[in-house]
Amino acid sequence: MSSTVQTHAPHAHSPHEHSGVAHAAEPKTNYLTANYGWKSWVFSVDHKRIALMYLFTIAFMILVGGVFALLVRLELATPAGDLLQSENYNKIFTMHGVVMVFFFLIPGVPAVLGNFLLPIMIGAKDLAFPKINLLSYYVFLVGILLTLTAAAMGGVDTGWTFYTPYSSTYANSQVALAAVAVFITGFSSILTGLNFVVTVHKMRAPGMTWFRLPLFVWANYATGLIILLSTPVVAITIVLVALERLFHIGVFDPAYGGDPVLFQHMFWFYSHPAVYIMILPAMGVISELIAAFSKKRVFGYPVVAFSSLAIAVIGFFVWGHHMFVSGQSTYAGVVFSVITMLVAVPSAIKVFNWVSTMYKGDVLLSTPMCYAIAFLGLFTVGGLTGIFLGTMGLDIHMHDTYFVVAHFHYVMVGGMVTAFWGGLHFWWPKMFGRMYPEAIGRVAAALMFIGFNMTFFPQFILGYMGMPRRYHFYPEEWQVLNLVSTLGATLLGISYLLPMIYLPWSLKFGKVAGKNPWGAKGLEWEADSPPTTFNFDKTPIVTEEAYAYPEGARHQPEAKVV
Amino acid sequence: MWKGIPLFPDSASTYSDAVDYFYLALVGISIFFTLLIAALVVLFAIRFRAREGSAGATQIHGSHVLELFWTAVPLVIVMALFVWSTKIWFTITRPPAHAEQYYVTGKQWMWKIQHPTGQREINTLHVPVNVPIQLRMISEDVIHSFFIPAFRVKRDVLPGRYSTMWFEATKAGTYHLFCAEYCGTKHSQMIGSVIVMEQEDYQRWLSGAAAGETPQVQGEKLFAAMRCDTCHTGQPGARGPKLQGLWGQKVDLSDGSTVVFNEDYVRESILIPTAKTVAGFQQLMPTYAGQLGEDQILSLIAYLKSLSDPAQGGAKP
Amino acid sequence: MSSVDATGLAHHFEDLEQQRESATLGMWAFLITEIMFFGGLFGAYVVYRTMYPEAWDNGSRELDVFLGAVNTTVLIGSSLTMALAVRCAAKGNNKQVAGFTLLTMVLGFVFLGVKVIEYKAKYDHHLIPGPGFMYGGHAGGHEQIFFALYFTMTGMHAFHMIIGAGLMIWVILRALKNSYTPQNHTHVEMIGLYWHFVDIVWIFLFPLLYLLGRHGHAIGAATGGHH
Repeated sequence: MSSTVQTHAPHAHSPHEHSGVAHAAEPKTNYLTANYGWKSWVFSVDHKRIALMYLFTIAFMILVGGVFALLVRLELATPAGDLLQSENYNKIFTMHGVVMVFFFLIPGVPAVLGNFLLPIMIGAKDLAFPKINLLSYYVFLVGILLTLTAAAMGGVDTGWTFYTPYSSTYANSQVALAAVAVFITGFSSILTGLNFVVTVHKMRAPGMTWFRLPLFVWANYATGLIILLSTPVVAITIVLVALERLFHIGVFDPAYGGDPVLFQHMFWFYSHPAVYIMILPAMGVISELIAAFSKKRVFGYPVVAFSSLAIAVIGFFVWGHHMFVSGQSTYAGVVFSVITMLVAVPSAIKVFNWVSTMYKGDVLLSTPMCYAIAFLGLFTVGGLTGIFLGTMGLDIHMHDTYFVVAHFHYVMVGGMVTAFWGGLHFWWPKMFGRMYPEAIGRVAAALMFIGFNMTFFPQFILGYMGMPRRYHFYPEEWQVLNLVSTLGATLLGISYLLPMIYLPWSLKFGKVAGKNPWGAKGLEWEADSPPTTFNFDKTPIVTEEAYAYPEGARHQPEAKVV
Repeated sequence: MWKGIPLFPDSASTYSDAVDYFYLALVGISIFFTLLIAALVVLFAIRFRAREGSAGATQIHGSHVLELFWTAVPLVIVMALFVWSTKIWFTITRPPAHAEQYYVTGKQWMWKIQHPTGQREINTLHVPVNVPIQLRMISEDVIHSFFIPAFRVKRDVLPGRYSTMWFEATKAGTYHLFCAEYCGTKHSQMIGSVIVMEQEDYQRWLSGAAAGETPQVQGEKLFAAMRCDTCHTGQPGARGPKLQGLWGQKVDLSDGSTVVFNEDYVRESILIPTAKTVAGFQQLMPTYAGQLGEDQILSLIAYLKSLSDPAQGGAKP
Repeated sequence: MSSVDATGLAHHFEDLEQQRESATLGMWAFLITEIMFFGGLFGAYVVYRTMYPEAWDNGSRELDVFLGAVNTTVLIGSSLTMALAVRCAAKGNNKQVAGFTLLTMVLGFVFLGVKVIEYKAKYDHHLIPGPGFMYGGHAGGHEQIFFALYFTMTGMHAFHMIIGAGLMIWVILRALKNSYTPQNHTHVEMIGLYWHFVDIVWIFLFPLLYLLGRHGHAIGAATGGHH
């Protein structure tokens, strides 16, 4: 279909080519129809099947985390705390955070879209370590089961941050079990990151040089590096918390001279980079979407690629900005603050490059592009409000208020989750061979944008007025803004439920998608929809840059639904 | 519920306006960039929309000049913001000399406050207007955070370590006091009020409130009651070091290092006397962990401080 | 699905070289995460050592340098036998691979046995962190933090050794089936890398825990003495 990507069998001695049968007239099987039965799924080492198992598992966790979010917002509709007891309210916001952070935001894009697409995008048959990939899924599943067990056995009430000495000594809830669950889930993340890094280094098809990689691959590569370097630190931190809790060893207990602030340093050494683990793959998705729906190469491709690496590197030296008022030294604070200011720059660069990509493009506002545009708006607000919090003088006032809550929801939900939905719609025809319904898709995207802003914008105002986060009761004069937020959350919830209904519906009733319904560039669009088990009939040879759209490239007439 | 919808907090300390100006400047910058991005996105989405008869995409690879431009502009802006905000930080975190010392102890889930004149309060802090006030804070259990939104100040209150914050109220009134660090079940009820009073009202309030002994008098009594004075006699040849005139001074330790004789060192020496021993003395002091509460340790500190304050009859350092 | 052909090449690689390079890079990446894992503990060690130098000296003096030195020697020896096993695997000499790997395992268990003796001694002296911890006749000193880190660090290290020993059983079984050839012996190499890493961690732990501070400061007038 593309004249610029030729295919041939590069290694004569490679014994696994199925090329002999590829052009036969019989209907080709794809990875979904290659074999049947539950065993062919639960023991599958095919990255695409593992991606789908992740997708369904994560979709379930979104619903779980969503129910917790709904309860939190319902409770905060009134200042009196009349729906739940404080004890339960605290457990619910903790579970909301734990579930969403560890079981959706972190694995969402890499484990679903990354797993499915990364090998295809670089022209490989699979990730470098398919069995480890399957292992990482099961480790993830064990983490989920333990978390849900902890919830069923009484829950956890420490907040997802597990601050000591509350978590290690004072909390009367299932902290140890939840800590073990998070610890185990971390290993799933490490295995995925390791697989991605090695795959990008070693599995690229002939001709797929580093600067021909799609930006989605760059973003996942940078994410893999962050995972490898940061996740083990939180793992050992959690081990120490569990030991403190079970055996009272004193490391975080001030009664023995233990330093509770040390926990915060170790925790944020991981958990700040973890923010970039969440957002970088999402940024990669946005690069793909904007290029495909503008029919243009991403403006300043190398700059966008390197900005991912810059964020990955600088992101390791900003953790102290979570602790400006925690008692770290002023001078440490100054250093962390200035580096935090620096990390804002590569993000800004990305936004400007994305916007410029649309300039003189052939812009088609189909559902994925609507999500991408929503991302640009929401991420810009999220990023700018991050600057508020990174400046020390202002953070004294804003730290631990609803301003922080609004900020990270703008980045995480407005950024990562929006990109997740955009990417899922974009690659849905590739994953399942069917188109989603376009009109309702756009309605859902628009509803999401409105609902999201209604939910979280009032929280900026509440935050500056001083409403602390994790508050069950709050002063009456703040009810109106909280009510608006709760109403917005209802809209937002509906907008997220819609795709969960029409996407499965499309599996049976959607229009059959061809190889390349968007007329987009990229190796994934050279593969079948859905792809065959080994993705390509022959290993592709890459001869051109990513997003090599020709001059005057236009969307196919059938793609133009408006 | 419908008594007006506030959108901006009261501003009632000497530095709260500075914080607000900075905040509003940032809001302005944010609105500018958000509108800029939004306007460009909408403009491009309409102007270059895919339609019948459109010319299609013009391929543009990038522009070094533009990349430099939009790297440099944000960089300059954020660096300027950094400098501005760090100046504010130093204003908020550096207390003026001779600020009035108040003591705060946080515990699940209440604030205990003691005035320099001896009055004790729970979850309420009365302060005079236009007087710089420093709070010395410690927690008896988990981490709390003392937060007064109207003053634009907060500080974590840690177990095992003193932290301080200061403010000077500029407007009489009643303001929210919150615990801002999640501390367990009743975190959202660990709240109270800061009541700022005109000078004369504050004096009236002080005389009306049950004035206990001042912290330093309590400390002096504790010093005798716990038999500290049997070793710390202040005489040559005593078993414990002389404590008069020592506050804020460097003390030589037995391992050759030095330590500043301050709140944290005194607290550590009372609770874990083996940790740092003054040079020339035997390690004889027993631990008082479990016998003295944080309030009492704060009183002892107030007393030891007065021993080095000539104005209160103490020795010159 | 994950089919492997007669030469040991998995279905998704183009050739053995690519497969080997991927495995090697993967192992190094894994070892980097391990460095960060122990790095968190070393970070905590540095922070507390700076905060409580005297307690650290006291803690060091409680450890048995002789047994620590014996264990260091044993572990270096096991690294040597592991290296020999890898060398034999590269020559395709499966019998010697099994022999040297078994020897490595035995040395590993000697190390763990000595560790048990040391732990037992700490238990007898009430130096296990927790409610029963006593140092110098009283509870609650900063020495407890030293021992908390000592047990966590050496415990984590021992845990890694046990995993290594488990992997070695697998290597021995495969070697007995003559699985390793000069072209395909990546498993042995990978486990060799892992074992050397475990060894290196100990090379850092031994001086940091046992040696530093033992003679670090001139001991002042009866500070914290407990004898």
